[in-house]
Amino acid sequence: MEPNATIIVQTLAFIAFVWFTMKFVWPLLETAISERQKKIAEGLAASEKGVHDLELAKESASNTLKEAKAKAAELIDQAKKRHSEIVDSAKDDAREEADKILRGARAEIEQEMTRAREQLRAQLATLAVAGAEKILERNIDAAAQNDIVEKLVAEL
Amino acid sequence: MSAESSSGYIKHHLQNLQVCSTDQGWVWNTMENMECQGNFWTFNVDTVFFSVLLGVLFLWLFRSVAKKATQGVPGKWQALVEIVYDFVESNVKDTFHGKSNLIAPLGMAIFVWVFLMNTMDLIPVDWLPGAAALIGIDYLKVVPTTDVNATFAMSLSVFILIIFFSIKIKGIGGFTKELTLNPFNHWIAIPFNFILEGVALLAKPVSLSLRLFGNMYAGELIFILIALMYAGTFDGFGGAALGIFGAILHFIWAVFHILVIALQAFIFMMLTIVYLSLAHEDH
Repeated sequence: MEPNATIIVQTLAFIAFVWFTMKFVWPLLETAISERQKKIAEGLAASEKGVHDLELAKESASNTLKEAKAKAAELIDQAKKRHSEIVDSAKDDAREEADKILRGARAEIEQEMTRAREQLRAQLATLAVAGAEKILERNIDAAAQNDIVEKLVAEL
Repeated sequence: MSAESSSGYIKHHLQNLQVCSTDQGWVWNTMENMECQGNFWTFNVDTVFFSVLLGVLFLWLFRSVAKKATQGVPGKWQALVEIVYDFVESNVKDTFHGKSNLIAPLGMAIFVWVFLMNTMDLIPVDWLPGAAALIGIDYLKVVPTTDVNATFAMSLSVFILIIFFSIKIKGIGGFTKELTLNPFNHWIAIPFNFILEGVALLAKPVSLSLRLFGNMYAGELIFILIALMYAGTFDGFGGAALGIFGAILHFIWAVFHILVIALQAFIFMMLTIVYLSLAHEDH
């Protein structure tokens, strides 16, 4: 209990501990912690920047989306237009083609008709001559009556 | 134990393990040999042993943590060390406005060392002395701060630092003026001022060490008294009841003592910082 020489040892130990703390503990902690603080500050700044970047990105994304939508709408419009154009032109083509076919058919029919008419005319001439021969029951000079028959046929 | 009287038990617990220089050379104190009493050249081996052990533990722990300190997520030990660092640093920053490489580490060394030494008080009073008795050591006081030598060693070192910084910052003239022309700035009042300021100056180390010593000594004494209740000194039903009551009291006092341990360590550190910042202030 009473003071004795222990105090000398204790003082030396105390001085040694304080010295050691001062030299080998405190500075290490100081650097470590100030570096940590710096890092945390940087981290906070980075996260703030990240939030800002995120906002920017969101904005640009929504812009891109809007543009894409507009483009898509435009494309759809164009496609619709193109579609109706194609349909129209196809209709036109078809109509033209139909007309052409119709016209060809008509011409063919016409030709067919004239040919038939020619044949008929030719046959009718002989038939008329034969009929007339039978009616007259005599041999009429075919050449002398031919002009009459020709006239008849032309009237057909 | 039961063979001892209560006062013998208390006295035994308050006796340091000592070695002293006598005419016959170095002598250990034992139950039979009390020669060390009153001899200045006595060393309290237990005080030195435990305080140095705890001091080395503190330095080893803090240095190894500081060396391995990562910038990333800290481990639990690192977090603890950082909390202590922050605690000491913020207290120093609040109080001391100069620049000093000494005060903060000094504060940390005092705080942690005193805290660890005080914490020894929470070990039940018979454990370590009982273990020591088994290997033939008669006395063992495990709480270094219940020894005035340990507390005065710190407070006198602080006192020397106070005087050193006072003279360094204010010069011998300034320091002398502070001691003689305060609080009454007149030459007639110089002796009066000197006595007043001298007492105030000397009271610093004395109050610093006796506050810590008194608190820890009283706390230790109460632990010893409580331990007496269940130490088997009393027999029968009354003894058992007293033992249970003692255990409850021990628990309550230990919980309360946790506060005292931390508080006394904090006060010692804080007053050291305050005294040293006062020494740095130039009027």
